[in-house]
Amino acid sequence: MLLDINNLKAHYQTETGMVKAVDGVSFSIGEDEVFGLAGESGCGKSTLIRTLMRLIPDSARVSADRLAFRGQDLLAMSDKQYREKILWTEISLVPQSAMNSLNPVHRVGDQIVEAILAHSKMSRREAAERAVSLFEGVGLQSGLTRSYPHEFSGGMRQRAMIAMSLALDPSLIVMDEPTTGLDVLVQERILRKLAEIRKQVKKPKSILLITHDISVIAEMSNRIGIMYAGRLMESAPSLELFNAPFHPYTLGLKNAFPSIKAPDRQLISIPGSPPNLIGDIPGCMFAKRCPFAISDCSHVFPEFKEVAPGHFAACIRTDHVDEFRQQAGDKRTWESSKSKN
Amino acid sequence: MGILEVEKLRKHFYLNPGFLSRVVSKKKPSVIKAVDGVSFGIEAGEILGIAGESGCGKSTTCSLITKLLEPTAGAIRYKGQDISQLGKKDLKAYRQQVQIIFQDPYESLNPRFTTFDLVAEPLRAMGIAGKREIQEKVFSTLELAGLKPEEYQNRYPHQLSGGERQRVGIASALVLGPELVIADEPVSMLDVSIRAGILDLIRDLSVRLRFTCIFVSHDLSILSNISERLMIMYLGKVMELGTTRDVIAEPLHPYAQALISAVPIPDPSYKRPRPNIKGEVSQPIDPPPGCRFHSRCPQGIMEECGTVDPPLNEAKPGHFVACHLY
Repeated sequence: MLLDINNLKAHYQTETGMVKAVDGVSFSIGEDEVFGLAGESGCGKSTLIRTLMRLIPDSARVSADRLAFRGQDLLAMSDKQYREKILWTEISLVPQSAMNSLNPVHRVGDQIVEAILAHSKMSRREAAERAVSLFEGVGLQSGLTRSYPHEFSGGMRQRAMIAMSLALDPSLIVMDEPTTGLDVLVQERILRKLAEIRKQVKKPKSILLITHDISVIAEMSNRIGIMYAGRLMESAPSLELFNAPFHPYTLGLKNAFPSIKAPDRQLISIPGSPPNLIGDIPGCMFAKRCPFAISDCSHVFPEFKEVAPGHFAACIRTDHVDEFRQQAGDKRTWESSKSKN
Repeated sequence: MGILEVEKLRKHFYLNPGFLSRVVSKKKPSVIKAVDGVSFGIEAGEILGIAGESGCGKSTTCSLITKLLEPTAGAIRYKGQDISQLGKKDLKAYRQQVQIIFQDPYESLNPRFTTFDLVAEPLRAMGIAGKREIQEKVFSTLELAGLKPEEYQNRYPHQLSGGERQRVGIASALVLGPELVIADEPVSMLDVSIRAGILDLIRDLSVRLRFTCIFVSHDLSILSNISERLMIMYLGKVMELGTTRDVIAEPLHPYAQALISAVPIPDPSYKRPRPNIKGEVSQPIDPPPGCRFHSRCPQGIMEECGTVDPPLNEAKPGHFVACHLY
């Protein structure tokens, strides 16, 4: 097991109360695996990354039953140990909006060199050579290492960030919305390049891919997790999650997502909006918007339990899943939950 | 005849070089051909989708139609009348009949206006006085947009969710009873689970209120779902235009083929053919002669591709393409 997360929580104290941005998330990523984490804005996926990468402010209260990378307890590590042992060499990050992640007054190549020097014992010349080969690896001409960020297009900057994340040959790359805001043909090339890179490099690369775009996740991931309001609702191997989902929220997302291959399919939105993350919701976070909710749903905590081999869901009514799957494709099912609220 | 006819529309922006390069190297101003000879018509009641990557001119085209920009050349005719020739009174009527739904409901609503005022503002600006009349119109339009007037009228934008904000945006676009609505990426800022509701709303209202709609989006999966006809633009030119079904199922232009096959499919068992396109979209600055796409085109280049700009021809009934292959 590469990364093992069990019952991870990240809470913020605010004036109005405790914001439970991440509230008991459990999943794991194996060697050479792409785990896709999907969720809408405010579901806590970015806080999860920040917690993992130690970019979360000190005011946040982070706890977990287990947060381990190859068996090493990440929570027990000091920031210094984390920087020396894990960051860049084991886990690297491709942040959201690569547009703003590069320093505008330094050459792109130099920024990669600096990152290499800070985390390894390479000489400056070796690091510069490494930067050039990384650029070629992501399909950028080697001469471009001498360019400044403003001379790059959005897609080129994103590729430069991917090159940088590969600099010290990490085992896990965390990607936060890597193609959001890019044009579809540019996105296509980046996704293809990523798939190529995973095949080429000697050390197997795992990716934690975070995006709201379910079609990108569907194409790239081996396993998928669906997050909602700070909690993981469901996780399963990709095909299973799409073909046999258990959680009503996953069923709802599937209905709402358009596909160019099925232009005549009626899209169905999920009525309502996500709950406030402040305060205690004893039951299911999705209960208020769920057409299949019963009164227990709003006060019985849904355990994240294994419903099929390798397939987990946080729903207390998974024994009724056949009924859910049958009715979820009907627009009236979802409209009825609207009138209930 | 359609409700709107756009003919050989051009919008060029000039980039003036700095003083020094003008004097020393005698540099001439460069031209950005944001929209360069675009012609299309739209039938009353239909939803026309415009797709393309950033810089293709889809937003500029909309700004020209709504008269937020003046064209360099070409004509836009609304119900047969050239809109550049409209007098003051007719222009006001035109503005009333052509309305915009904006992309970002977080930026486009005045934070100091309540929902009621946001929707009433166009009525007031058009001088439709009468307190009672305004209240009636605002309430009925909010109702149409799926917001309960009593519950929402006094709320400020920050008290609304993204989907609710966009509904307010839609209500204020529709309150004047427009005949042509231009929706510029109306759902791109919204979460997936509420997108479908906004798309449904626009589609339902276009039928009920009988307005025509130009729906601009970079997302072909959304356009495949909502638009009846689809126009694909690239660097200021129309590359392909036809019914959405034809364009998506059988794209003719090599660019349209690449663009459509690059759209990810939300189904892990589907293996999509990968498009083979070189290079990146350049900017439409001083474009070379010939087809705008020829340097990236995967179909071997014929001689004319680099010299003759291909006109938009009807390759099949109702299906137009600008490519020398057809």
